Amino acid sequence: MAASNYEKFKSDGTLLGNVTEWMDARFPMTSMWKAHLSEYYAPKNFNFWYFFGSLALLVLVMQIVTGIFLVMHYKPDASLNASGVPVAFASVEYIMRDVPWGWMIRYLHSTGASAFFIVVYLHMFRGMLYGSYRQPRELLWIFGVMIYLALMAEAFAGYLLPWGQMSYWGAQVILNLFSAIPLVGNDLATWIRGDFVIGDATLNRMFSFHVIAIPLVLLGLVVAHVLALHEVGSNNPDGVEIKKKKDERGIPLDGIPFHPYYTVKDIVGVVAFLMVFSVIMFFMPEGGGYFLEYNNFVPADPMVTPPHIAPVWYFTPYYSLLRAVTYPLFGVDAKFWGVVAMGAGVVIFAFLPWLDRSPVKSIRYRGPVYKTLLAIWVVAFFILGFLGTKPPAYSFFGIIPGAPVAQLFAVYYFLFFFTMPVWSKIDKCQPEPDRVTFK
Amino acid sequence: MSCDEKVDCGRRRLLVATAAAGGAAGVVAVVPFVASMLPSERAKSAGAPVEADISKLAPGEMMTVEWRGKPVWIIHRTPEMLEGLAKIEGKLVDPQSEKEMQPDYCKNAHRSIKPEIMVAVGICTHLGCSPTSRFKPSDAIEADWQGGFLCPCHGSTFDLAGRVYQNKPAPTNLEIPPHKYLSDARIVIGEDTKGA
Amino acid sequence: MKKLLLSLLIVPALAFASGAELHLDKAPDRAHDTAALQNGAKLFVNYCLGCHSASYMRYNRLQDIGLTDDQIRENLMFTADKVGEPMRIAMQRAEAKQWFGAAPPDLTVIARARASEFGSGPDWLYTYLRTFYRDDTRPTGWNNVVFANVGMPHALWELQGEQVMGADHELKLAKPGLLKPEDYDTQVADLVGFLKYMGEPVGEFRKKLGVVVLIALGLLFALSYALKREYWKDVH
Repeated sequence: MAASNYEKFKSDGTLLGNVTEWMDARFPMTSMWKAHLSEYYAPKNFNFWYFFGSLALLVLVMQIVTGIFLVMHYKPDASLNASGVPVAFASVEYIMRDVPWGWMIRYLHSTGASAFFIVVYLHMFRGMLYGSYRQPRELLWIFGVMIYLALMAEAFAGYLLPWGQMSYWGAQVILNLFSAIPLVGNDLATWIRGDFVIGDATLNRMFSFHVIAIPLVLLGLVVAHVLALHEVGSNNPDGVEIKKKKDERGIPLDGIPFHPYYTVKDIVGVVAFLMVFSVIMFFMPEGGGYFLEYNNFVPADPMVTPPHIAPVWYFTPYYSLLRAVTYPLFGVDAKFWGVVAMGAGVVIFAFLPWLDRSPVKSIRYRGPVYKTLLAIWVVAFFILGFLGTKPPAYSFFGIIPGAPVAQLFAVYYFLFFFTMPVWSKIDKCQPEPDRVTFK
Repeated sequence: MSCDEKVDCGRRRLLVATAAAGGAAGVVAVVPFVASMLPSERAKSAGAPVEADISKLAPGEMMTVEWRGKPVWIIHRTPEMLEGLAKIEGKLVDPQSEKEMQPDYCKNAHRSIKPEIMVAVGICTHLGCSPTSRFKPSDAIEADWQGGFLCPCHGSTFDLAGRVYQNKPAPTNLEIPPHKYLSDARIVIGEDTKGA
Repeated sequence: MKKLLLSLLIVPALAFASGAELHLDKAPDRAHDTAALQNGAKLFVNYCLGCHSASYMRYNRLQDIGLTDDQIRENLMFTADKVGEPMRIAMQRAEAKQWFGAAPPDLTVIARARASEFGSGPDWLYTYLRTFYRDDTRPTGWNNVVFANVGMPHALWELQGEQVMGADHELKLAKPGLLKPEDYDTQVADLVGFLKYMGEPVGEFRKKLGVVVLIALGLLFALSYALKREYWKDVH
């Protein structure tokens, strides 16, 4: 941190100067401002892909603020009210109709949840494009994977709260997965549910997780993530380490202070994002049934299973991985191995810093092997996601069965990672430049 | 600090303009969140006016209706009760109802629209307990008791127009809610001709 | 990069469903027709509110569609005293389940719940309410094309008359009702329009506000982009 060499602020005699000096004698205010903003040097060649970190932070703040106001009116109670409707479900409609501007706060939160995942997926993909997980940024990347896991847990818990049919039955399917674990599975599932079936006990604890427990974890992880970033400095689209070339003052030649250059650029990114976000929020908040699922406008009914249960769109690639495993192994049910596959599909990202043996970081200087394999991996991700929204019996154009296609792409998904140490080394790369370029 | 370099000036203008526009957008964005904390439609509906049917209320009797979660008393005062109001004015804190505890149309000697029908919120103005009725002379609490109310919590007393006696914990007369007559037999509490 | 983007183009082409097909007629748009929505409200209160509650919808919200509190109180309120109360019904759910096999669902957000890949919620409702047919194998004597073996009788049979299912799987009007088929369709369209409104009363306002917000953001974008360009002149 820059704080150790930093001289304490001396006032110029003005009121502002005096207050600043008083604060700095008691709190690292100016030193933090310098270390993280005005004297934090970031590469000057950030492109479009570098907006998504600050956008993720924006969406996090937005979800917390809208969440605070939603909790003023939402009631986590699965019991039926006088009209025979679950209180939780009715409280959401209360927010939509009876609370002044409640509808807008609700849509901000529901659209924000999907936006969060779109932003985070693009943010992660940037990392894959430019090798942002490579040494010395492995820990930064791992914090990121932990944030991703926490975000998935947060979204899962949050989706239960409206207590619609998808909330209930989606939770039923996912929580039943825990019972697939040998020996402890059933007891574990009961312990998580707080009951023998999903009900009021489950709803209330998911409320606790979603409103306080996981947000605290998320905030802590985000702070760790940013601190880890600032410790090593950011990567860039050329994969060039800007700290290798510094001027006589110790400032990287290709670096520019984050404030004002990237604060001002990120504001543009924020406004552009808000425009796209507003189009969705004001004109199609249901997102074609993907952001607010149609079946969730029916109150949860433990007696009626919907004909088709699918997780929310951002989970579908992993749901496909889960369903792809259909063979038992070592005497344990395929159900269990499916859970393992689903978990592995997320956790495998954490190993990228050690799987990638390429001498260069960025896709700009990598060979045709990487580019082709990554492109196919992206296609695999989308197709797995698409198939995850469909019932297992689905067929493309009515003729190509979806299940074997999912299995094929599931195998590819993992092979991409497992074989990476081999092909990343032999791929024909171009030499990395000395200085950054503006491509 | 004067604008001698063109670049500096342009930058400052843009900064101010963007900050102002952004600030304005921010303020506008905050409004819905603050507004969402105002009473919802459900709260407004629960606070809606209440109708009372006084056709069966005999002279000397009292009935209670609920309005906004509070008890509202409707008392059919007898002529003796009304005469009694004038006799005790020397013992009251605010006999002329100077303090704004009643709508303008109830700022009179009997603190009501019709002298014989008294409408008052049955909550002591000290700390919120609901006083008990003491209409009979045998219930006398004070000397020369003309009928009224005694609050059991800390001993405040009120007369049959809801006016508070001196030297009691309660500081003001009982609140008179906005109300109006739909007919001789029906009163609406919570609404008056001015639109409460 | 280019290869990546090209490969992403395949994805939309894969979005052809191959599940059980459901053919839905398009519900006529009534969102801007206040008179039609008021007619729909009247139909709802007269034909639906007997069995179906709309418990998240307050009567006084109908001011949105141009009705005054007095009009609401005089013409539409049969199940409540005060105009601020929600449209609940007296029937208990347990009894309803006994009588009909399934408790008639609350209809406040039915127009949102019935959307699917085959059409919007209003499309489903519009088709549903026009495809009841006589079926003596059913306890109510009625069946429905889009909702097989539904527990609901044809509440609007007086208006439509009685349809029967021919051997060719086509519906035929066996007994005419009070209304001609085109007029019945218009009434159903009004009712469905009302159900769509009731599903999200703030819908029209939301879209209008969206336009305002986008214009404001557009202005902010222009300003902030100019500011960014100004600062980044320094960077080479």
